[in-house]
Amino acid sequence: MSKPIVATTSLAGCFGCHMSLLDIDERILKLIELVEFNKSPIDDIKKFTKQCDIGLIEGGCCNSENVHVLKDFRKHCKILISFGECALMGGLPALRNGIPIKECLDEAYLNGPTVVNSNPDKILPNDDEIPMMLDKVYPCHEIVKIDYYLPGCPPRADLIWEALVALITGNELKLPYEVVKFD
Amino acid sequence: MSEKIKFTIDGKECFAEPGQNILDAATDNGVYIPALCHMRGIKPAGSCRLCNVKIAGRLMTACTTPVEHGMDIENDIPEIQGLRLAIIEMLFVEGNHFCPACEKSGNCELQALAYRYQMMVPRFPYEFPVKEIDASSPKLIIDRNRCILCKRCIRSFTDENGKNIFAFKKRGHKLQINIDAKLSANLSDEMAQKAMDICPVGAIIRKEKGFDQPIGTRKYDKVPIGSDIKSVI
Repeated sequence: MSKPIVATTSLAGCFGCHMSLLDIDERILKLIELVEFNKSPIDDIKKFTKQCDIGLIEGGCCNSENVHVLKDFRKHCKILISFGECALMGGLPALRNGIPIKECLDEAYLNGPTVVNSNPDKILPNDDEIPMMLDKVYPCHEIVKIDYYLPGCPPRADLIWEALVALITGNELKLPYEVVKFD
Repeated sequence: MSEKIKFTIDGKECFAEPGQNILDAATDNGVYIPALCHMRGIKPAGSCRLCNVKIAGRLMTACTTPVEHGMDIENDIPEIQGLRLAIIEMLFVEGNHFCPACEKSGNCELQALAYRYQMMVPRFPYEFPVKEIDASSPKLIIDRNRCILCKRCIRSFTDENGKNIFAFKKRGHKLQINIDAKLSANLSDEMAQKAMDICPVGAIIRKEKGFDQPIGTRKYDKVPIGSDIKSVI
């Protein structure tokens, strides 16, 4: 049997969850034996070159590009896993969900203390090439179907490792109490 | 001395004082029934519904129901545990619970219950309601994003002179907790800490303090909520 293929991405996240993935330390050598990576910031493959078995999603959806990438992952991955609080519930980016989008943009480009004098033409980003911001930040499972969830900010390295190994080997996943945390 | 009342929880023989509610009696017998709104010693409110148990086929809140002779109570059964998980999930989606950015994280009872019931993600869509924060008091911050309206602070907390400093305002979906900024200004640090500890979530937070306990040393980092309950009968 060929190795399962894993793809990963960071949407509206801080890459902290990917850092936690690297935090499995020397087990990463074992991981390379177990799986093959496709589209991922880890190997810098930008586009899917084949169908994958497992997709790991960090971060929620705050703009149209996030939604596009997430749907692309759903299309190319048999199993999608949301990992990290941002993917699960929006996380820190979702702190803007109570603020109207116009107010956010005005603060960022017109009225904020660092931009108030540097944007005399009062330009808001509106180029077709630039992704459009969504009205609010959405958890991934409110955009596409997500199969598994790994909470944490970031998810503990042991949680990511145990979950991935259980999924790949088909063994039962036994999680100690300490590894499932929301912070 | 009055005679103890004999009853069972999931088949386990238990004893209670006359008039004692099921929740307190279960705790005394070493049986954990989860609750967010109840605290021993204050009048039960039955508002969070987490302590629902089944008695003669009916769901009853354990905090508001007195124990009676020969009661057979069902507690740890899939139906009730499933209902409790659903309630926890509803509480998570109807507020703005940003655990990674919360001072109470690790010591929060709602979070601890989500851990105990192994909630990975709520099954319901997030509401992201717009809530106000009241930082007018010099001692305490009221963060209504996290408030679960359990009324614990209103029911159990008074200042050094016995005056209430918390109260409900508005009705229905707009119901919110409020603080008397003037009275709360005179609170000692110990009393302010007490108010923060009464709150099961992070809705009452001390000012100029927070994130002072390292991750791994907080109340629910290593052991699930309810694991300290031992029989005292």
